Amino acid sequence: MPNLKDLKTRIQSVKNTRKITKAMQMVAAAKLRRAQEAAEDGRPYADRMNAVMANLAAAAAGAGDAPELLAGNGSDKVHLLVVATSERGLCGGFNSSIVRMARARTVELLAAGKTVKMLTVGKKGREQLKREYSDIMIDHVDMSEVKRLGYVNAHSIATDVIDRFKAGEFDVATIFYNKFETVMSQVPTELQLIPASFEADEKEEAAFYDYEPGEEELLAELLPRALATQVFTALLENGASEQGARMSAMDNATRNAGEMIDKLTIVYNRSRQAAITNELIEIISGAEAL
Amino acid sequence: MATIQFDLVSPERKLASLEATEIHIPGSEGDFTAMADHAPLLTTLRPGMVKVVAGSVVTEYVVTGGFVEISGTTASVLAEHAIPKSEVTEDTINALVEAAEEAAKGTQGAEKDVADKCVADTKALLALI
Repeated sequence: MPNLKDLKTRIQSVKNTRKITKAMQMVAAAKLRRAQEAAEDGRPYADRMNAVMANLAAAAAGAGDAPELLAGNGSDKVHLLVVATSERGLCGGFNSSIVRMARARTVELLAAGKTVKMLTVGKKGREQLKREYSDIMIDHVDMSEVKRLGYVNAHSIATDVIDRFKAGEFDVATIFYNKFETVMSQVPTELQLIPASFEADEKEEAAFYDYEPGEEELLAELLPRALATQVFTALLENGASEQGARMSAMDNATRNAGEMIDKLTIVYNRSRQAAITNELIEIISGAEAL
Repeated sequence: MATIQFDLVSPERKLASLEATEIHIPGSEGDFTAMADHAPLLTTLRPGMVKVVAGSVVTEYVVTGGFVEISGTTASVLAEHAIPKSEVTEDTINALVEAAEEAAKGTQGAEKDVADKCVADTKALLALI
């Protein structure tokens, strides 16, 4: 029979936990709204950029002299995986799902005899991956100081990746992130950055544009920007997904705590009653014995 | 008077979307004005001032880096940085100049020319505000 006092402390401690998870859920909900707005605000730019790049890329592919960032350098021996995760934990399966996907890809690539390098963004993914893959991690981008994700952050990551590509450190770059579907569901996604791929949502009628400067210069100028935009979009999606995942994780935790409190309270009441009955029996049998 | 749909977007937000009569744009190959039924054009931007005229309302934006896409009915400016002129101070420009100078460091040859021009263009913005 559990001690009454112990039970009481236990109920109190679960109640405290519930308060914390409830608070975290509400904070995540507020942050989620902001993150979603940010993602929405970034969409027009990304969409137009994508459409224009799709147009340009199609034209360049036809001409057969596309820049390396677009067409690749003709080899696919060395792969760079950019793994974008969060800086904080307690967000359910958010980080693990990205890490699992990246890990599966790594295993697959290694089995195919390729070389894999890894660049992590966000502390949590790094923590999970460094146990196995610390030798292939080439860099880590710390986002813990970043309060509000800006284009600058994405730009610096993209520049870093492009510089490494130009230095011949890798042939193919892929970014892993969580795509925000709904609050309940975030889909781990991989997007190939280099060679760049652009998918136009709707096939617009390809207008015959005048290009200033020439088509090639324009493409060379815009490719790094398009890349930065893709990274930015990925990070924004990731941000919204993180808050969404945390919100539903904390919602679950709050509900579980509630259930636990109910169960413990029943046990507590039963034990209390048993104790009272016991005492009564003792008194009555004591009186009868007289 | 015929109008043209004008959109100004930066990666972080949409700054403007309106029907304009004319738009002055600092293209990398020279400034130009876009009006309704402009020939389709795709050009990069140099740091400068985009001026949007909608009837009697004139709005100006400082833009750096990006491109413009013009079709007969729409003009979209996609700028890496776009700030309404009213919000621009000398400090913001100075920060942009510094960033440009930083980017110009370590470049050489043709790239250096481009970077130097970018610095000069950004510095020229100081005279415009």
